[in-house]
Formats: sequence, C-alpha cells, structure tokens
Amino acid sequence: MNLRQSIGQLFSGLAEVPGEETSPIRYTIMRRNMTILMLLITLVPLSLMTVINYYEYRSVLKDEIVTPQKVLVNKAKHSIELFLANRLATVNFIASAYSYDELADEANLNRIFRVLKREFEGFVDLGLIDSDGIQVSYAGPYKLQGKDYSEQSWFEHVRVNGTYISDVFKGYRRFPHIALAVQTMPSTGKSWIVRATINTGKLDELIASMGLDAESDAFLVNKEGVLQTNSKYYGQALEQCPCVPSVSYEPTVLERVDPSGREIILTYAYFPTTDFILMLIKPQAQVMRAWYSLKGDLLLVFLLSVGLIVAVVLRLTKTMFQRMKESDDKRALALREMEHNHKLSSIGRLAAGVAHEINNPLAVINEKAGLMKDLIEFTPNFPEKERFMAPVGAIIGSVERCRTITHRLLGFARRMDVEIQVLDVNDVIRETLGFLEKEALYRNIKVNLNLGKELPKIESDRGQLQQVFLNILNNALQAMDDGGTVSLATFERDENFIGVTIQDTGHGMSEETLKHVFEPFFTTKAAGKGTGLGLSITYGLVKKLGGDVDVQSKVGKGTRFTVYLPKKHDMTQGSNNG
Amino acid sequence: MGSLKVMLVDDEQEFAITLAERLRMRGIETITAFDGEEALKLIVGDKPDVVVLDIMMPGMSGLQVLGKIAEIHPGIPVILLTGIGSTTEGIAGMKIGAHDYLMKPIQIEELIDKIRAAVKK
Repeated sequence: MNLRQSIGQLFSGLAEVPGEETSPIRYTIMRRNMTILMLLITLVPLSLMTVINYYEYRSVLKDEIVTPQKVLVNKAKHSIELFLANRLATVNFIASAYSYDELADEANLNRIFRVLKREFEGFVDLGLIDSDGIQVSYAGPYKLQGKDYSEQSWFEHVRVNGTYISDVFKGYRRFPHIALAVQTMPSTGKSWIVRATINTGKLDELIASMGLDAESDAFLVNKEGVLQTNSKYYGQALEQCPCVPSVSYEPTVLERVDPSGREIILTYAYFPTTDFILMLIKPQAQVMRAWYSLKGDLLLVFLLSVGLIVAVVLRLTKTMFQRMKESDDKRALALREMEHNHKLSSIGRLAAGVAHEINNPLAVINEKAGLMKDLIEFTPNFPEKERFMAPVGAIIGSVERCRTITHRLLGFARRMDVEIQVLDVNDVIRETLGFLEKEALYRNIKVNLNLGKELPKIESDRGQLQQVFLNILNNALQAMDDGGTVSLATFERDENFIGVTIQDTGHGMSEETLKHVFEPFFTTKAAGKGTGLGLSITYGLVKKLGGDVDVQSKVGKGTRFTVYLPKKHDMTQGSNNG
Repeated sequence: MGSLKVMLVDDEQEFAITLAERLRMRGIETITAFDGEEALKLIVGDKPDVVVLDIMMPGMSGLQVLGKIAEIHPGIPVILLTGIGSTTEGIAGMKIGAHDYLMKPIQIEELIDKIRAAVKK
C-alpha cells in the first residue's frame, strides 16, 4: 500500500498538465515530465532485461564451463583408479599363483619379474617379504636383500588389510614411485608378502592424456598436501602443495584464490581406495574469457541503447513541444485577432448606427440653413444681409464637416467586411491620415506626403489596408515626442508589388526589440497601456493580403516600416494564410 | 423652361417641408408626402414630372414605393434619396428603375440639376 501510494505520487505529477496561466513555464514542465516518463518506460525495462540477461548468461556459461571439467576429472580419476587396481591385481596374482618357495628362489623371481616388466609397464622391482618383515628375495635394480621392513608403517598396514598402495615416495631410490604390497595367507604355514614398486611415469602419462591446454594444470596430491605428481604451478612431486580441499569423492568445483594470488577454478575428486586427490586447476581469467567478452558486449549494447534512447527521447520531446507551442501560439493569436476584430466590428456597427441616426437631423439642419440662406438671398434689400449670410454659411459648412465625419465612421464600419476591390493606395493613405490629422496638429507633428503620382491601382481590401496603415501610423505617433515628423511615401517596387514606407523621427527600437516587434503580446509600453497586439495584427493582415512588412530602426533616430502589397490579389494565398 | 412639378416623399417632415419650400422658391411646383401610402394616393390623381423619394422610411420602404409608382405611371423618373454611405441601396434602386440617387444631406443645386436632367430624358 505504501509503495503503491508513493509510486502513484511519482507518476501523478508526471501526467499532470499544469494550468494555462503560465505558458512558457508550462511547456518546460510538461516537456520535462514527458521526457522523464518516456525515459522511465524505456530505460527501466531495458535495464531489467540487461540485469536478467547478465545473471542468466553467467549461470549458463558457468554450467558450460564447469560440467566438462567435472567430466574430465571423473574420467581421469577412473583411469588412475583402474591403473592402480590393475597393477595391484597383477601383484596379487603373482602372490597367489606362486608358492613361497618358488618366490623365494631368486632366479625364479627374476624370471617372473622379467615377464612382469615385459607385460605390464611401470614395474620397477619385485620382492618377497616374510611374515617377520625381512626381504627374502628381490628382483630389481637395487640391493635390498635381507632388509628389515618390520618397523615400517606400511608393513603393519598390509598385515591388517591384506593389500597396500603407498603414497608416492622416494625411499631408498632416487625417483618417485609407488609401492604395492599384497599379503598371502595360505591355509597352513606362514604368510608372506609380495611387494612391487611402480614408477609414477604412468600416472603422469594418464594425467597428460587428459588433454589439457597450456594454462591448465592437473596433478595428484595426497591428503597431507604432498604432491604426488609434478604440478605446473605448485612444484615437483613430493613437494608440499598449499591447497587441500575438503573431502568429496564426487568431482567438485571451487572458485578460489591460491596462495600466490592467482584466481583459479579448482576441480577435484578424492580417491576412495587411496589417499590421492586429483586436482584440475584452470586460471579463472582463461575460463571466464568468453564470459568477459559477453559481458563487454552486453554492456556495450546496453550503453549504446541507452544513449540512443536518451537522444531520441530528448529530440522527440523537443520537437513535439516546439510544434505544440507553435500551434498554441498560432491558435492564441488567431483567437486574439478574432476577439480584436469582433471588438472592432462592434464598434463599427455602433458607428454605423450613429452615422445613420445623425444623418436625418443633419439633413434637416442643412435644409433649414439652406432655406435661411435662400430667404436672405431671394429677398431684395434684406437688411444686414452680410451679417446673416456669414452664420448661415458657417452652419452649412459645419453640416458639411459632419457629413465627412459620418462618412469616415461608415468607412470604419465597413472595414470588417473583407472585400477585394481595385483601389488607389494613395487614396487609402489620405483617408487614414484623416483620422489622425487632428492628433498630429495638436502635437505639432509634421506629416510629409510623398505619394507616387504614377502609382498603379491594386486589388486589395480597403478596410484592412486602412487598419494596417492606422496601426503603423499610431505606433509612429506614439514613438515620437511632440514636434516630430512622419514621412509617408508610395512607390512601385517591381512589376508585382508596390511599396509604402512610413518613417518617423521617434525614439527607435533596439535590435532586441526589433526581433520581437511582430510577436503577439510583445509591447514596450507600460502595463495596461498597450495590448502588444497592434503590430502582430498588422503583420497578420499584410500577410493575409499577400504582402510583406519590413522594419528598420535605430535607437534615437526613428523607425521605418515598409509595407509591400501585391498588385493582384491572389485568392489561394489569401485563403491559405487567413 | 416650363413649370416643373415634383413630388417629394420623405418621412422626415421638417426636411420635406423645408426642401419643398426651397424648391418652390426656385420656381418648381412641389407636392410633399410623408410616407409611401400617402404618396401613392396623391400620385394617382396628380401626376408629377419627377418623384424625389427617400429610401429609408417606416412602413413601405422607398424601394417598394418605387415599384408601385412604376405600376401606376410607367416611365415617370424617380430620384432616390439615400443615407450617407448607402451607395449600395442607391445602386439597387437604379437597377429596378430609379433614374438617379442622391446622398443626404443634399445640396439643392445638385438636386435641381438631377431633376432637370431627369425631365430632359
């Protein structure tokens, strides 16, 4: 339950999408969460698989290494056991087949020994010892006749057990050998013992036939740790071997570090009938070579996969969230633009209503004033004719001004309806300036007009163009202190486009500001003073009309906007961008 | 030029009366009507040379009146008066038979020019 809760907590944060309010941080958080989540769901199973594989492979590989070693040791042990049993049986046969007297006859014994040597390799000598432990007869390279063995431990052993196989020893001889002794107990008379020695060459041969590689070592050792055969690592026969493992008659595998610091894999088995232990030693480094290379491969694949996954996940989330942010921004902009247009169209409808309502009283005033003027004009000798004519003229003049204002209001109202018509951009600019000339006048701002006389008419939307120019002009006026100059010029750029430049002598913009000038909600005005939408909408409108906007600015010098407009309205382009 | 007879139809009575008086001062006989129905009643017995007709009127709109007049006296020239900026309505009227249109507030000289032009035709 606790674990479940904490896991739940860990993941709940990841899947959550933070609220709409703090957009840039929101994307960062979402991206981070997504990245972590994706990395988790890919890397955790990968790591698990790697760990499982690691242990599985290791155990499989170990079995594969250990089993043949056990088999090898078992086989070799059997061969050696068989060899010893065979030699013992041979000695036993001699002891049983011949009588004491036959064996006591030296010439006879020598003959038997020669046959023995010919038929069974490894025999060094053969002798008869009586029940008192005295060497009665001897066939072999040494002078051992008359020697007394009664004090030696093996003599007691053979008297008790009937047979005896010695450890390897040098004894009176100068090379290692094994003594085999068999006691014969006839039904009557004294018992005797036949004793033979064999050299250890055959044992070495049997061990060599295990077919070991150069770095492996196999040897016999007795329970006291005395080497019975030569060892590659631990010395010659009869030297002390440092390692005697615990008793096990079945082949057993141990991993250990020998006294010289070598890491080895030791396979050994005790002999049940003799004191021997067969030991097979392989250096771990050699045995595990396959494992190390597999481990290396595993690690390499794991690291490569992790690297690849991390790179792909990072790249993917980055792209994804960039796209998401872009589309969100676009949507937000479209929404704001719509809102803005909606507001404008509300104002437009209101303006149209006002214009229509005012129109009728205006017409009445016009007629009344006209009538007064008529009366003054048509009446001969009207007293103080001039004094009356002046105010009446002023009334009619004012009506005319009102007419212009309502005309403009209606023009503004109509701006909302997209309507492509053939128009003269110069006219549109003059019209737009009409909205601002009062402000310019009050603030003593000079307006320079340099409109191209030969400017061709273009296909465009009057209302939207007005809004474009109005936005840029508004910006220009706001950027300037009283007494500045706005210069407008129109020109034909090439066969497809005309251009309009609007230059002010205002504060200008820094390069940093320039970079963001068309971004929605970017504003340098104090909070609450501007929406930061004006220029982004302007940009959107110009793009919608198939044109382009260029802006150049120098801090302290002023700003120049250049709007390029296509001469022909391209329907597809308009609808695509809109 | 002989005496011209103009019928002026406008729901804004002050406008109609004053404009009528000014036309009369210029020697143009003018009858006024303040809505479409009155105009149609008057026109049956008293055929004017030109009708000056406001488009924006309560009840029957100017364009409807225009149609009826054409039924009663086919060929009688009608000059429409439109609100400012309502060019489209003026053009719509001309499409269904009006002779011309003028935007209010009007200038009397322009109106008289159009009336004379209409009669000449």
